[in-house]
Amino acid sequence: MKQQTPTTITNGRLVTAQGVTKGGIRFAGGVIEAAGDVAPRDGDEVVDAKSRLIAPGLVDFGVFAIDKPAFHFGGITRAALMPDQSPPLDLPSRVSYIAKSGKPDLWVHPLAAATRELAGRELAEIGLMKEAGARGVATGRRWIADSGVMLRLMQYAAMLDLVVVSHAEDGGLAGDAVATAGEMATRLGLPSAPAQAEALAVARDIALAELSGARLHLRQVTTAAALDLVRAAKQRGMAVTAGVTPAHFMLSDLATAEFRTFARLSPPLRSEADRQAVIEAIADGTIDVIASGHDPRGPEDKRLPFADAEPGMAGAETLLAMTLNLVRDGAIDVARAIELLAANPARLLGVEAGVLREGYEADIALIDPDKPWIVDTAKMAASARNTPFDGQPTQGRATALWKGGVRITG
Amino acid sequence: MQDLLHEIEKFCLRHDMSETRFGELAMNDKPFVSQLKSGRDLRSSTATKLREFMAEYDAREPAKGANPNRYPAGRLAFPHRDLLGIAQLERHEILYLLDEAEPWIELNRQSSKHADLLSGLTIINAFFENSTRTLLSFEIAGKRLGADVVNMHAAQSSVKKGETLIDTAITLNAMRPDAIVIRHASSGATQLIADKVDCPVLNAGDGQHEHPTQGLLDSLALRHALRARGEKADDFTGLTITICGDILHSRVARSTLLCLQALGASVRLCAPPALMPVGVEAMGVEPFHDFDAALSGSDVVMMLRLQTERMEGQFIPSPREYHHLYGLTKERLTRAAPDALVMHPGPMNRGVEIDSDVADMLDRSIITRQVEMGVAIRMACLDILTRSARKVEGWA
Repeated sequence: MKQQTPTTITNGRLVTAQGVTKGGIRFAGGVIEAAGDVAPRDGDEVVDAKSRLIAPGLVDFGVFAIDKPAFHFGGITRAALMPDQSPPLDLPSRVSYIAKSGKPDLWVHPLAAATRELAGRELAEIGLMKEAGARGVATGRRWIADSGVMLRLMQYAAMLDLVVVSHAEDGGLAGDAVATAGEMATRLGLPSAPAQAEALAVARDIALAELSGARLHLRQVTTAAALDLVRAAKQRGMAVTAGVTPAHFMLSDLATAEFRTFARLSPPLRSEADRQAVIEAIADGTIDVIASGHDPRGPEDKRLPFADAEPGMAGAETLLAMTLNLVRDGAIDVARAIELLAANPARLLGVEAGVLREGYEADIALIDPDKPWIVDTAKMAASARNTPFDGQPTQGRATALWKGGVRITG
Repeated sequence: MQDLLHEIEKFCLRHDMSETRFGELAMNDKPFVSQLKSGRDLRSSTATKLREFMAEYDAREPAKGANPNRYPAGRLAFPHRDLLGIAQLERHEILYLLDEAEPWIELNRQSSKHADLLSGLTIINAFFENSTRTLLSFEIAGKRLGADVVNMHAAQSSVKKGETLIDTAITLNAMRPDAIVIRHASSGATQLIADKVDCPVLNAGDGQHEHPTQGLLDSLALRHALRARGEKADDFTGLTITICGDILHSRVARSTLLCLQALGASVRLCAPPALMPVGVEAMGVEPFHDFDAALSGSDVVMMLRLQTERMEGQFIPSPREYHHLYGLTKERLTRAAPDALVMHPGPMNRGVEIDSDVADMLDRSIITRQVEMGVAIRMACLDILTRSARKVEGWA
């Protein structure tokens, strides 16, 4: 559906890279026409923002399922889909199909599987998948163990100018671990791997990116040691970016007490010191992207003994509120929060979105950053209710959402 | 009048009870005794009531001095529905379980071993992982108490993981057992099942997490061995105990160390680096890689079984090398305290972690005593956890 009537949102606070300024926005024909000191014209649909934030729709980088109700609840208008689907996104036809699947009210940007069947051995048809709509290439839930394959992948992706999205966890060290080695895992008797499994993989991937000239995005960096490596690589001017999901700055491995499988994540929750390091890295710019990692899992995957349960959490609905926690705690400001949630992921994907710029797609979220609500699994929009934040009072909600200028309702 | 006050004072002394506490318990009136002393009038019916209260309390509660480890009355002595791990237990609850096991040790030494305490009750032993000794021990414990014991063997291959585990639990629950004993290969599995059923659940070993009855039986066996030597052994304060072997994968190590620690022992853990879990220092134990150093000054040495599949290069190079570094030999035992006791949860790999001439030392090895105590402690656990269902006074 195309936008029929031009819309003007007045009396809001625009979130731009420079900061938050009073103003409004006018969009017509599905694109942003003007932002700032705008006045509605005759025939416009006028929306009074009532001093709420006018922000770009969020761009969720690295989700495992297309779950429209959850995304819309969370103010998300675009999502980069991981190739770990059934079947995996390792063929152009599958990529092309999935790229169209969310339109018009949610744009899905598929990440192509780096290797056939995500097995980490032979390269998949990345060039053809790019033409079919892939916006990046991802190793999937696991790393690619063979460094030779990883190097050739990066060289190929560099040639195609596709970002390589890697899961940084040394598979040999991680093995079948479901927890980070430490007192908590020892007390619970859970198979665990040292936090250094992440630093090892990050070090290797950075070295290979430097060698190949590829753009590397480490989808989740969750430990102090690995963040130091990313920080140093950035200082050298490398095209390396890092992401994280709210679980790793909100929770430590204490959340796994009593074997709560909603806290079974990949990578596993870390120590409190690592959690603090993640917050610091978000504040100092080492981390570029906060994503939901949305992975709805029903009871058949989660009502199991901890080590037998599948990893992942349904995070789309809580993404914004959890990130705004960092604003309330003074770690970052609102403009930086939206940069982490929209501008940076859009830039990685190479799509014209994530910022309120004239001529860009009118993906707009009205955000009330202080609106209180309680995470309640009984009322979730997601297709499954696996959130470790159940029952938590929180603040910040998208109160209205437009995709391509069209208001999303319901 | 003065007689009554005197009686109350003696009662309070006997039970180490304050006068306000007495007033609260007997009359629901904290300042009662002090008011009585300052001349408060007393009706004869109240005096009778007070004397009845004291007589009833005396009958129920042993006087202090007669038993140094006094427990709260009734259900408060062990206020848990399930026994999932030692980590959830208070020190006095552990002591209570041990004390409650004592009469069963005696019974088990009679030729007629029947107590019909649990007559009519159904106990299901649901073992999702292979076991011989623990299953047998639980079965004997249940049968000696007169319960109907049913064993369910569900090897991991036949019962698929997944929702099936909870479905199995719900199915078992629908058969209305009065207790379920569970062993499962995944840490936390027993807790998951306990959340879904209406009867008490006993953890007979969950993954690498806990094996609480083993921790209790080890403590009971140790207490008996120490008492046999004439030591008081009300708890293990001042005792140094070394647990050596595959600590990483051992639920026995976790339960036993928590239990011994709660009873005052200082615990040392000894293992090669690959078999030592991270963060044990935070649990208040001292980790060692050098067995000889760990043994030095140890009053008790507990050896753990090394699983065959971990002997062949993955975690340690070979059984031969393991024995060289960590095998308990007669010569090595001399590095421990002069009369140090030797324990092993079984089954032993003779010649790997323990030599036969150590395992069979009559005066030092208490390995068979551990097995004997296992039955008694499981009887005590089954008795205590079913008291609520049996409507035992104070436990309903």
